[in-house]
Amino acid sequence: MSIVQILFWVLAAMALFSALMVITSKNPVYSVLWLIVTFFAISGHYILLNAQFLAVVNIIVYAGAIMVLFLFVIMLMNARQEGAGGSKRWITLAGTVSGGIFLLVLVAALKDSELKTRTAMVMDGQVGLIKVLGNELFTRYVVPFEISSILFLSAMVGAVVIGKKE
Amino acid sequence: MNVYLIAMDSWYIVEKLILIGALIGLSFFIAMYTTLAERKIAGWMQDRLGPNRAGPFGIFQPLADGGKLFFKEEITPVSSNRFLFLLGPALAMIVALITSTVIPWGAAYVGETRTVALQVADVDMGILIVFGIVSVGVYGIMIGGWASNNKFSLIAAIRGASQMVSYELPMGLSLIAVLFMTGSLKMSAMVEYQMQHGWNVLYQPLGFLIFFVCALAECNRTPFDLPEAENELNFGYHQEYSSMKLGFYLFAEYINMFVSSAVMATLFFGGYDIPFFDESAWQGSALVLSTLTFAVMMAKVSFFLFLFIWIRWTIPRFRYDQLMNLGWKKLIPLALINMLISAALLLFLNK
Repeated sequence: MSIVQILFWVLAAMALFSALMVITSKNPVYSVLWLIVTFFAISGHYILLNAQFLAVVNIIVYAGAIMVLFLFVIMLMNARQEGAGGSKRWITLAGTVSGGIFLLVLVAALKDSELKTRTAMVMDGQVGLIKVLGNELFTRYVVPFEISSILFLSAMVGAVVIGKKE
Repeated sequence: MNVYLIAMDSWYIVEKLILIGALIGLSFFIAMYTTLAERKIAGWMQDRLGPNRAGPFGIFQPLADGGKLFFKEEITPVSSNRFLFLLGPALAMIVALITSTVIPWGAAYVGETRTVALQVADVDMGILIVFGIVSVGVYGIMIGGWASNNKFSLIAAIRGASQMVSYELPMGLSLIAVLFMTGSLKMSAMVEYQMQHGWNVLYQPLGFLIFFVCALAECNRTPFDLPEAENELNFGYHQEYSSMKLGFYLFAEYINMFVSSAVMATLFFGGYDIPFFDESAWQGSALVLSTLTFAVMMAKVSFFLFLFIWIRWTIPRFRYDQLMNLGWKKLIPLALINMLISAALLLFLNK
């Protein structure tokens, strides 16, 4: 096995295990910490695909900023140590049914898609490098890029307006 | 990041391992002696002697401090979360040590058979990696403060985290103006650019000022040391910590200072560039050049460390609302204006 394969399996196992721990941990603070581990594992996958910019930005934005805010809310609310859900039987039932249906839809959608014929280019693609990515974003995809930035700006303004009582 | 390269030659691994070991040793050494420098300079500014009992001029004082911290009784509060209580200082320390890997510490040693770069990883993402690791550095404080199960610690942890998240924004924005000029995120390319075109601080004085203020805030140094404001929060997020766990928190702060000084020197003050001297015209041995450039880098770092200490003993602590107002209402607009003006000027001059 080449070193890339070993890295891939280690990262895949790490990502799956930590993602499972996110949903099975009773303590919400642990869930958040496991989610951060998941983000790191996914960033590792991005690096294997030579998408270095995406990997670093994933860590800066998700692991570094958004999860901090999650942790903030959980720490300040002092959420109960034992999970609040699961005590009622019908919630468990509803969760199982909706999860199963989602899985069904996912399998049905992926079964005949063209994804099967495409394999990821490990250590080969150049699109993830910052020079190439910047060129693509500001020439070919400039309109969607600008529209999404305006969307973010309006979301920010909206948050400030809602946050301001007077 | 270059996974294939590792398999190519085993000397490469040995060389990098030695470099990593040396960097960790250097970080600890500098952090130790920064604590002494801090106390000495504080004494000097307050017209007293400072520590002078351990060894000549007190140079063994850091060893005495370290020994004391090691042998103190270690107390874990009963109501704390044991694992996270341990994870907090460990994370603070690890994160503080990782950042130094992407910084070039001196000119590469060009031998007859091989070239040895004085940098662990010269990756394409360079400065962004530093930002990524700094943004993860919040967790050390947050987890430690929360796991202590103490209201003061929790408030301090939340203060620290919101301060660091807020000041990351103007820091990144002031950096963008520098990136316009250098055109690369690679740390080594940035130093090379400055060798040819002059130091960035000459073109980006406002950018440097913003970056420096943010670095003070990111390191939790006075006037931004709200997380450890002892008059309102007792001892801040490490109140429940004792012995070496406390030592790790305090040490991590000094290592952060050291690394951010090195980052500032690299981004704005030419890195290992010797001022008024063309390194490519050097005729003597390559080893001497590498040593000289490393010494110059260290001199720049020491200057910034002195600046950090100087500010601590000169400026009183801000109030928390002042801190937030400065970050969000002054530094971010300033950094944005700086970025726009730099971009416009660069476009104008390039035409």
